Amino acid sequence: MTNPTPASAAEWPLWEVFVRSRSGLDHKHCGSLHAADPKMAIQMARDVYTRRQEGTSVWVVRSDQIVASDPADKDMYFDPMEDKVYRHPTFYKLPGSVDHM
Amino acid sequence: MQASIAIESTPAVQYLLRLGDTCLILGQRIAEWSGHAPILEEDIALSNMALDLIGQARAVLTHAGRIEGLGHDEDQLAFLRDEKDYRNLTLVELPRGDFAFTVLRNAMVATLMKLLWERLRDSSDAELAGIAGKAVKEARYHQQHAADWVVRLGDGTEESRRRIEAALADLWRYTPEMFESDAVDEAAAAAGLGPRWSELEAPWRAEMRTILDEAALVEPKEAAFRSTGKKGVHTEHMGYILAEMQHLQRSFPGGVW
Repeated sequence: MTNPTPASAAEWPLWEVFVRSRSGLDHKHCGSLHAADPKMAIQMARDVYTRRQEGTSVWVVRSDQIVASDPADKDMYFDPMEDKVYRHPTFYKLPGSVDHM
Repeated sequence: MQASIAIESTPAVQYLLRLGDTCLILGQRIAEWSGHAPILEEDIALSNMALDLIGQARAVLTHAGRIEGLGHDEDQLAFLRDEKDYRNLTLVELPRGDFAFTVLRNAMVATLMKLLWERLRDSSDAELAGIAGKAVKEARYHQQHAADWVVRLGDGTEESRRRIEAALADLWRYTPEMFESDAVDEAAAAAGLGPRWSELEAPWRAEMRTILDEAALVEPKEAAFRSTGKKGVHTEHMGYILAEMQHLQRSFPGGVW
């Protein structure tokens, strides 16, 4: 692949799809799709990702608008947390009335 | 080979068959896009729409069979009638054409069905009113999805524009059949079963005009031609689509999976 052609102008942009399955829950990432504009992206998301009653609400975001951490930084970013169990709040006695913490 | 069934064509049964068969045949036509749509996402969207229409047809045909009172179920009505006993609009039996033809036809039929289901929610027939309450939500989405494509193609490239204009010229002449009322409609209106389809003409034209305006398309002039599918007189395309649909039930009567 020495001659990477730029993405064709005719190719539709990619969108990430987030679906909320029930009121009160968070929108969850469930996949991506191609669409020409926001309106089409929402409709396609509805047709592709909610056809088995998965959703009550849909978000779409242009994939190129998402800023992601660099996989090369994984060591530096995430490994240092491995041996710091004291950061988990497991050393406290919770009162019985405080549930689900 | 399973023989054809004979239908008891009372006005109420015919009224229901017009509705159910229009859903059934359009569903079959749209399903022909499965695996062939221009993009994967639209392929799924069209298949969803086809399945919605088949589901509506199942409910309406089942009900038509009960009203008919000869013990015919949805499968027998869908697969064992002769061509002349199908009462769908001619518009929906035309071959699927290109994508522009398909989305324009879907927009035209979905607009009609949406208006019809809205009225049928108030049917004196509780079962039909129940079916309508569910179907109207589906039809609303079908209309929006198809209308968006009509606008995109009308407002797209030179080629998309040429194709949607050609589709409009081809399809518009089948419009008058939707709104020609006859004794079947009169009986349905008198019994409170449902509206005369002619009552839907004004709102249909208004909604279609909005879509066509947005797509910068000009509504064709009305022609003298009248199609007659609702009366059971079909085009040469109907025999082929029925052969494809009926082959399995005719060869293996009562076959299920």
